[in-house]
Amino acid sequence: MTVLFGIFLLTLLVITAVAIVRTRNLVVAVMLLGIFSLLLAINFFLLDAADVALTEAAVGAGISTVLFLGALALTSEFEHRRESARRRALSLLVVASAALVIVYATFDKPRFGDPDAPVLSYLGPWYLEETPEYVDIPNVVTAVLGSFRGYDTLGEVFVVFTAGIGVLFLLSARQQGTGVGRRKVDLRDEVLLVVVGRLLVPFILLFGLYVQFHGEYGPGGGFQAGALVAAGFILYSLIEGEKRALSALPLRALTVLTVGGTLLYGGVGVAGMLMGSNFLAYSVLTGDPVTGQKLGIILIEAGVGMTVCGVLLTIYHAFARREPAQ
Amino acid sequence: MIALLQDIASWILLTAGGAFVLIGGIGALRMPNLYTRMHAASVTDTMGAFLVIAGIMVQAGLSLATIKLIAILLFLLITSPTSSYALASAALLSGIRPDAGQAADRPAQPPPDKGSAA
Repeated sequence: MTVLFGIFLLTLLVITAVAIVRTRNLVVAVMLLGIFSLLLAINFFLLDAADVALTEAAVGAGISTVLFLGALALTSEFEHRRESARRRALSLLVVASAALVIVYATFDKPRFGDPDAPVLSYLGPWYLEETPEYVDIPNVVTAVLGSFRGYDTLGEVFVVFTAGIGVLFLLSARQQGTGVGRRKVDLRDEVLLVVVGRLLVPFILLFGLYVQFHGEYGPGGGFQAGALVAAGFILYSLIEGEKRALSALPLRALTVLTVGGTLLYGGVGVAGMLMGSNFLAYSVLTGDPVTGQKLGIILIEAGVGMTVCGVLLTIYHAFARREPAQ
Repeated sequence: MIALLQDIASWILLTAGGAFVLIGGIGALRMPNLYTRMHAASVTDTMGAFLVIAGIMVQAGLSLATIKLIAILLFLLITSPTSSYALASAALLSGIRPDAGQAADRPAQPPPDKGSAA
């Protein structure tokens, strides 16, 4: 039954992907991308990857849609067809050969559900057995993400951080507008949306904090929480306007969040070195190794959440504050 | 015995919810213009979602999962009418008239004055 449902969802995924490529209307494409992400999230959930599903739903379907719409507000709604037939043939060739390489690479992977796969033969069982002893938290995914493979997560945080800096460099090159009065329809006139939005914002922030601090016990963690908190602030900024959103959480505070989160993560690593062990070794942070692991994971998850939230909000404001090109 | 009754009740609720989702989906495909399609899709949002979640709640019994489901239900009850309102309002502002005779979604005449419809 699950396999049937999975095949159904994957078929829908392919149909959505084709529709995204074929549509000329970019707003439609953005909406379809949101649907694509939701379908992908359900697929992840079917594969028991609840943490990844939560991330995909929050970032892919939620925040990216808003960021894409923010970018579209600065440009046109319709895609221009400019390329010639020769260039289209060239793009087709490039895409087809890349797809062939990827398909060829999948032949080396173990079959789906193969019990002899390396992941299932020793790696996964090792994490499942040793997590209660070394880290002692119920959610093994968080233990793997934060502690056993802390270097990878540090790399991901640096990727997010670098992406934020890159977008800021690109978008700050031109004169920043105030963003006031550029919308044809002001959302503040829509009483119903404002009332419901005001009602929802605190609960979204509360849920974000829940996901942040519940990451050790259930699906969740810094990435998801950062995206959720950012979503709450974006909603606030949409209904109350850029000015009030920026006075509630100014750009300077966002910079502090972004840099502070990355520094916190790196600082926890360096603290492990100073206290006589390796970089990102949490066991030496307190007297008891297991408590040290828990403390380290809570700290680095907080760092991840701060950086993700700060970067997403900075990118959103970078789009929202610009005047559209005429 | 209780478990059997629970199963029967939750399956009835889930099947009814599925039927509403199906009807909403057919309506969204078959209705002639945007407003009537939204009307059909709202069946999925309200009765469909409500019955499916109620079915899962019966299946979960009195537990933390039920509390979470109630929270999701409340969230849906507030947000889905709001998003329908936002969609219809945006459509009206962009000049799609809710005329019964008009089958297409394209504006029949130039968009009305901004603000007059708000």
